[in-house]
Amino acid sequence: MVKVATTFGRSGTTDYVLLRASAIILALYAIFMVSFLVSAETVNYAVWTNLFAGLGMKIFTMLALTSVLIHGWIGIWQVLTDYIKRSGLRAFIQFVVCVMLIVCWFAGLLVVWPVEGV
Amino acid sequence: MKKLVISVYRYNPDVDNAPYMKDYALEVEDGQDMMVLDLLLKLKEQDPTLAFRRSCREGVCGSDGLNMNGKNGLACITPMSALKGNKIVIRPLPGLPVIRDLIVDMTQFYQQYEKIKPYLINDDKTPPARERLQSPEERAKLDGLYECILCACCSTSCPSFWWNPEKFIGPAGLLQAYRFLIDSRDTATEERLGDLDDAFSVFRCHGIMNCVSVCPKGLNPTKAIGHIKSMLLSRAI
Repeated sequence: MVKVATTFGRSGTTDYVLLRASAIILALYAIFMVSFLVSAETVNYAVWTNLFAGLGMKIFTMLALTSVLIHGWIGIWQVLTDYIKRSGLRAFIQFVVCVMLIVCWFAGLLVVWPVEGV
Repeated sequence: MKKLVISVYRYNPDVDNAPYMKDYALEVEDGQDMMVLDLLLKLKEQDPTLAFRRSCREGVCGSDGLNMNGKNGLACITPMSALKGNKIVIRPLPGLPVIRDLIVDMTQFYQQYEKIKPYLINDDKTPPARERLQSPEERAKLDGLYECILCACCSTSCPSFWWNPEKFIGPAGLLQAYRFLIDSRDTATEERLGDLDDAFSVFRCHGIMNCVSVCPKGLNPTKAIGHIKSMLLSRAI
């Protein structure tokens, strides 16, 4: 068995399941957003704010951002372990990408959670 | 008479600083077809320094796996007519270190094969007097798996094996891993699955199916890998 410290899950199966589960959530979120934008008569500040004011939408958005974090973490690790052979450089790039993903998650939380309807 | 141009990868580390492609010209009768191995044997008559492996010359031993016009295959069962274009380009199997000309060092390939414990493990304390019997249905599960001749055409056509040959088992090894996982006489299923449950050994396969496309025996390693993934998932959930 190959031991790896920098992957997201502790086993290949965990990564495999997380990758697919997060992909399903992201696909559902993308379908929802596209459907909303296509079906809405007008999209202005009030409509957009009201959409994100609901608790369900806040949770759905945070779920999608968590999926971006997990999917991105595992995905970038897979790409880097294929193409970057110098372990120091690989660890550095992965560190930067993972920090960016975590920052995105927190930024999303701070932006979405305080939204109130108008 | 038809004039053929055959471009062959040449590299002798004792003499050459770097590998190069050498063009050979060969005349063949119009409409005449031959296997690529016969072609190579004719080239060797022209140039005895050309090195390549071959043995059974009928697709059984798996010695002459080569890359011909960009696709891996066995030279002895690949007819010249199957290669498109007027020029034939012959290279060693990609991804493995070249020892000389068309001969590659298969050590990494065999190390991965060794990892999957390619032998029957049975911890039955009271073995049967004669043999371990299987039903016809149990035996049928091994069809499409046991026929692998370890020519390495599949593993060396797999980008995941090119990038991580020391960690990813590769299609040939995984086909054999499934052959023992599904064998009704083998009792080490749990141990075998435990050894494969990391992020590289099996899950580095992304199912691009190059292995299926090149297998000279018509086997389907991608399908076997899918079965292994299902077994690992069933075990984890």
